[in-house]
Amino acid sequence: MIAELGHFALILALAVALFQFFVPLYGAQRGSVPAMNTAVPAALLQFTLVALAFLALTNAYLTSDFSVLNVAENSHSAKPLIYKISGVWGNHEGSLLLWILILAIFGSAVALFGGNLPLELKSRVLAVQGSIGAAFLLFAVLASNPFARLDPAPIEGNGLNPILQDPALAFHPPFLYAGYVGLSVAFSFAVAALIDGRVDAAWARWVRPWTLAAWMFLTIGVAMGSWWAYYELGWGGWWFWDPVENASFMPWLVATALLHSATVVERRNALKIWTVLLSIIAFSLSLVGTFLVRSGVLTSVHAFAVDPARGVFILGILCVFIGGALALFAWRAPALKAGGLFAPVSREGGLVLNNLFLCVATLAVFVGTLYPLALETISNEKISVGPPFFNLTFGPLVLPLLLLVPLGPFLSWKRADLRASLSKLTIAAAAAAIVALLVAVFSARGPWLAPLGMALATWLVLGALLELAGRIGLFRTSLANSAARLFGLPPSAIGMTLAHGGLGVMIAGMVGITAWKTEAIIAMKPGESHQLADYTVTFKGETPMTGPNYSGSAGRFVVSRGGVEVTTLVSEKRIFRPGNMPTTEVGLKKTALGDVYVVMGDESADGGRVVRMYFNPLVDLIWIGAFIMFVGGLFSLADRRYRVGAPAKAGRKQLAPAE
Amino acid sequence: MTRKQQRLSIILGGLAVLGIAAGLVLYALRDTIVFFYTPSEISEKGVQPGQRFRLGGLVENDSVKKGEGTITTFVVTDTIKAMAVTFDGQLPDLFREGQGVVAEGVLDPSGNFVADTVLAKHDENYMPKEVLDSLKEKGVHMGESAGQ
Repeated sequence: MIAELGHFALILALAVALFQFFVPLYGAQRGSVPAMNTAVPAALLQFTLVALAFLALTNAYLTSDFSVLNVAENSHSAKPLIYKISGVWGNHEGSLLLWILILAIFGSAVALFGGNLPLELKSRVLAVQGSIGAAFLLFAVLASNPFARLDPAPIEGNGLNPILQDPALAFHPPFLYAGYVGLSVAFSFAVAALIDGRVDAAWARWVRPWTLAAWMFLTIGVAMGSWWAYYELGWGGWWFWDPVENASFMPWLVATALLHSATVVERRNALKIWTVLLSIIAFSLSLVGTFLVRSGVLTSVHAFAVDPARGVFILGILCVFIGGALALFAWRAPALKAGGLFAPVSREGGLVLNNLFLCVATLAVFVGTLYPLALETISNEKISVGPPFFNLTFGPLVLPLLLLVPLGPFLSWKRADLRASLSKLTIAAAAAAIVALLVAVFSARGPWLAPLGMALATWLVLGALLELAGRIGLFRTSLANSAARLFGLPPSAIGMTLAHGGLGVMIAGMVGITAWKTEAIIAMKPGESHQLADYTVTFKGETPMTGPNYSGSAGRFVVSRGGVEVTTLVSEKRIFRPGNMPTTEVGLKKTALGDVYVVMGDESADGGRVVRMYFNPLVDLIWIGAFIMFVGGLFSLADRRYRVGAPAKAGRKQLAPAE
Repeated sequence: MTRKQQRLSIILGGLAVLGIAAGLVLYALRDTIVFFYTPSEISEKGVQPGQRFRLGGLVENDSVKKGEGTITTFVVTDTIKAMAVTFDGQLPDLFREGQGVVAEGVLDPSGNFVADTVLAKHDENYMPKEVLDSLKEKGVHMGESAGQ
């Protein structure tokens, strides 16, 4: 019964989304205020209906209602509660419903927080959001119904793929989708602006917080995916240039570019046409990502095997929205007035370079990701494009960008003095040189990459900090004065420092694990030891174990350093009950300098185990860096300039005595 | 600087970077891609020893043998031809006889495939797409574990 209600709510949501698409758009074209006023309630109603449908499906999972086909295929009554919930989106139909739910959340958020938007713009933005919602709801209702019944209902379900039963992966899809779908708001604003024929500083101020929110979710989503791959797949690596990873990375790169170019529109009224195009591209890449991952053209954990009709449907949606938006762009973009002029060496010029390198790097990733698909379609040759391709193309293309990041914020708008700006970075350059020298002297192991990489990380972190120090006049005025200035800074200034600094921290982590990783694959019998970097790893044997929905064997490894026992690591071989699917759990110990990482493999000929172990130096810095970038985003989002922009609220704030 | 000059310099700069990127991509595509072959295709295409490629097919029943230490040998078949594989390392969880597998490596001079990477399916419900397609092409795969 509840499942039928959910299905019904989904169909109603489709009707409301179609209404939200046509009526406000018509109203905006004809200047009809009552028609435009329907946009906000329609968006809220659509959200309510989609949320009801989502709750209905969640309920079916929580109660293990195996008369619902989707639940029977993807759940199991013995599964822990958290994976019953995450199981809702651990399959094709449910993940699509989550996608639609997040889209509806963003739509209603624009409706609720867009009080200061001009009515026409708001109506058009919500109408475009409605059209995206309608397309995906149509897909769900026609080709991907999560509420289909199964008669007779089986006693037990098939279970969720065990490697998806992991806390990081339970929350990875919602974050990633929030990022993907959040970019739809920038897309809707761009399309609305094209219809409107007007892009100005105010438009950029409205677009930026949504892009920022989407970027933050993407940052966390991509980082979580990488963290999951690191400790769940047991390959000891944190990024594999897998097509699915690339599918989430490309929107992130373009969203980063968009954040920077929107600043130029807002401050200098320049790069308007480019920013509109970038907004369209960013969401287009999200759609491409959704298509790649959900259509089954790729082989991976994410590609739930689906029938080709669904792939064609998503491809159709893709073509309509990307093609439509680009056609509209070609038709209307010339109407947008060009903005302010700037010299090549200026803040604007720096941001243009940022955009250039980010977009070209995205293009390289795009080619590497789609070339195998294209080649197979054309010539039936099957190839794989792996890390060597991306290291050779993406690497050289982002390197100049990374070198320029600390310089950008020192350049002044319109026209900048390059020498003066560079001179402010002398300390960072000197520190980077010293770090390079120290690393070269003290790390006998590791390639030439290590000193240069660590120098780059130092350059980025110190460059970001120097900019902040300059702003608050550190050491040029009293410390108290500097502290006062720090608290007086607009949050977005601190946000930038954190985001750029976080990037440096992340680079340090990447360089650390790449240059200094120690790896060993050996056959071990209980009692045997192996030296791994500064540690001795001793295999102590196995004990049988059982979990809620699996049983298996736990191998114990004592890790000691200089004869002192540090910890005992447990790496498990688990066999999950439904389907007898085997998985391996990595034994992981975090130390200040890096991770000791042990994986117990299959049995060797002499009755021992094939054991793979790593010492991964500094690897945590990768995710810490991503988190710092996320916090930087939070700071920027808190900036009042983006939050309201409405003078009335700013006035009220000034009355508050506490400030 | 006039508007026209500004636009021109941006466009020229953009084209320059794009050109470098195109060069890098073309160069990398020539040198870093790895082809995928089934055992029958290896002789058809005349793959030379030392050329890196991915070998896909089914792990032949009763062919998996544990060698010394971490070495495993097995046979990959597309049911028409078979290829002996030597792998030194840790096999993935879902590596099993009778199941799909993809191994990456090179042929040694004696025609034995030396793999440095072995990938098996992430999911019970499907086999690597390349394997499935190739087997279908050869007319030997009987659906079942395919879609779903």
